[in-house]
Amino acid sequence: MKTISLAEHSVREVNQLLHDQARELTEPHWRITDHDGRHALACGLDQAIAVDIDGHAGYYCAGMNQQATVNVHGTVGVGVAENMMSGRVHVHGNASQSAGATAHGGLLVIDGDAAARCGISMKGVDIVVGGSVGHMSAFMGQAGRLVVCGDAGEALGDSLYEARLYVRGSVESLGADCIEKEMRDEHWAELRELLAQAGFEADPADFRRYGSARQLYNFHVDNADGG
Amino acid sequence: MDDHTDNWGLRESATFDRNSIREIQRAADTGIYDIRGFGAKRKVPHFDDLVFLGASMSRYPLEGYRERCGTDVVLGDRFASKPLHLDIPVTIAGMSFGSLSANAKEALGRGASAVGTSTTTGDGGMTDEERGQSRTLVYQYLPSRYGMNPKHLRMADAIEVVLGQGAKPGGGGMLMGQKISDRVAEMRTLPKGVDQRSACRHPDWTGPDDLAIKIEELREITDWEKPVFIKIGASRTYFDVKLAVKAGADVVVLDGMQGGTAATQEVFIEHVGIPTLAAIPQAVQALQEMDMHRKVQLIVSGGIRNGADVAKAIALGADAVSIGTAALIALGCNHPRWEEDYKRIGSAAGFYDDYHAGQDPAGISTQDPELAARLDPELAGRRLANYLRVITLEAQTIARACGKSHVHNLEPEDLVALDMEAAAMARVPLAGTGWIPGQGGV
Ligand SMILES: Cc1cc2nc3c(=O)[nH]c(=O)nc-3n(C[C@H](O)[C@H](O)[C@H](O)COP(=O)(O)O)c2cc1C
Repeated sequence: MKTISLAEHSVREVNQLLHDQARELTEPHWRITDHDGRHALACGLDQAIAVDIDGHAGYYCAGMNQQATVNVHGTVGVGVAENMMSGRVHVHGNASQSAGATAHGGLLVIDGDAAARCGISMKGVDIVVGGSVGHMSAFMGQAGRLVVCGDAGEALGDSLYEARLYVRGSVESLGADCIEKEMRDEHWAELRELLAQAGFEADPADFRRYGSARQLYNFHVDNADGG
Repeated sequence: MDDHTDNWGLRESATFDRNSIREIQRAADTGIYDIRGFGAKRKVPHFDDLVFLGASMSRYPLEGYRERCGTDVVLGDRFASKPLHLDIPVTIAGMSFGSLSANAKEALGRGASAVGTSTTTGDGGMTDEERGQSRTLVYQYLPSRYGMNPKHLRMADAIEVVLGQGAKPGGGGMLMGQKISDRVAEMRTLPKGVDQRSACRHPDWTGPDDLAIKIEELREITDWEKPVFIKIGASRTYFDVKLAVKAGADVVVLDGMQGGTAATQEVFIEHVGIPTLAAIPQAVQALQEMDMHRKVQLIVSGGIRNGADVAKAIALGADAVSIGTAALIALGCNHPRWEEDYKRIGSAAGFYDDYHAGQDPAGISTQDPELAARLDPELAGRRLANYLRVITLEAQTIARACGKSHVHNLEPEDLVALDMEAAAMARVPLAGTGWIPGQGGV
């Protein structure tokens, strides 16, 4: 394992070293220390490496991740793993707003709570949150799955497309076009699998499923004159 | 109203004119607002209201054909290690694949590349056709992030963070279900046939301070190589430009209210935002006050039609202009050769604006394979290249007449206005006077 201290290197230097691994893999395991919560840490990775980030990280940590496994040992700022394509990002703490925003793939695990807009415009990512999520989570969620072991804030799944949402606790309110849906066998199975991947021991039987009523998919026109 | 004697005594209301009456009827029929493409159609103060003061005794003109008059422009040398070098100061604006056919996108790339300028992706991501044919391609980073991925970000030559569009500042996008083909649906990760809405706000940042961090992330991901543009719709332009510069933009793209759109509510197109003419001096003032004029480049769009418009925008302080509608017209949009087809869908060549409907007879704003096949990307690309050459020559003609060896040497001092509105907005004197109305406010 290679340890880089941000007391001695800039964010630019560290990210460049990590990006260089996409061209030639020289070190599979990295550890980043002394970063004082700086932004854009370990973003834009595209190699199957493991990166451990010691302590709290700033905005857009592991943004647009591909292939890499990033573990943050602390809390993260806005937009952790935003637009992730693949790989795994695990926050061993709480996450700020827009966690996993617009992400296309991979797995984002948050041990603690996630603030507002968790999974906003998600496009295929799986997000598993050990705690609760804030308001407007999964807003316009297009694809992928959001699992919340705690509670969900206001307007969950507003203007939802095809993302599937599972919540164990209470839901303060559902957003426009988001409804509770029946849990069928395939849903129990995928939920069980997601919880296992995240390493959480919650019982799938305690969860409810929410999804799109698909009523907003097309503008409704009342052709009053029949024309 | 025609002047036929049969119509004497029929007086059209200036308030309830034919368009207003028709719109009330249409609203009552359908229960949904009118959505269309194109830009604002009402008359607003524009470049036509300005004229150049050609050289004579007190200024020395350049020989029309022989003397050099440069047109090249460098975009994005503030922070990026690989700024764009374009041969002409006219770029192709971002227009999405989805709103336009793949052939149209390819044609835009071909035409732009032939004359050494850039083209831009749009909402919905990058297609192989346009990357393949575009020497210089700007990748839009929009609120929807449809089709956005780091691979394409790295394949782009510049990144344009879109905050707004002149046709609809404060609005998101829409693409009607009939245009969501299998390919479009897949690129956007959406079910086929939905009336797709694009968010109006970015999902992971809100104010300018967050945007600065977002831009830092984009630069980190692309190793600080690519220029970062910020595109704004013209509204509170003075403040927006200052904040864009503060957030770290290399280039500001300013789109006025006449700017084209693929699908927006008519009420939005015509009633939100300020004219291009009014926005440019505000932007230039903001840049000058920050000592950033010509350091952070300004690209202006919204109603650019000819070389005079190009020259006027540059004289007012732009570094380059961008075109959308004019580029589509050059490709073949609204061409009389499709007159019969336009009639059949209730329109006419020269009036067609239903880009959202996906039935474009010219095969440009459509995803219908048969219609799209009507556009030959090679031929359409050549038409666009021709048009771009013409407007560049026109801009040079004017610059030389004003004694400038580079179009960027044009300045507000070369311009006067034909009416008071334009004089006040453009901040140049009313022709024949030394009077600039409205000075003293932002
Ligand atoms: C068909 C069409 C599609 C457009 N799509 C986008 C888009 O995806 N993103 C964007 O920022 N602007 C979009 N625009 C706006 C253009 O980028 C540009 O701002 C505008 O067309 C400039 O004004 P002009 O049409 O008068 O030249 C679109 C415009 C048109 C006509």
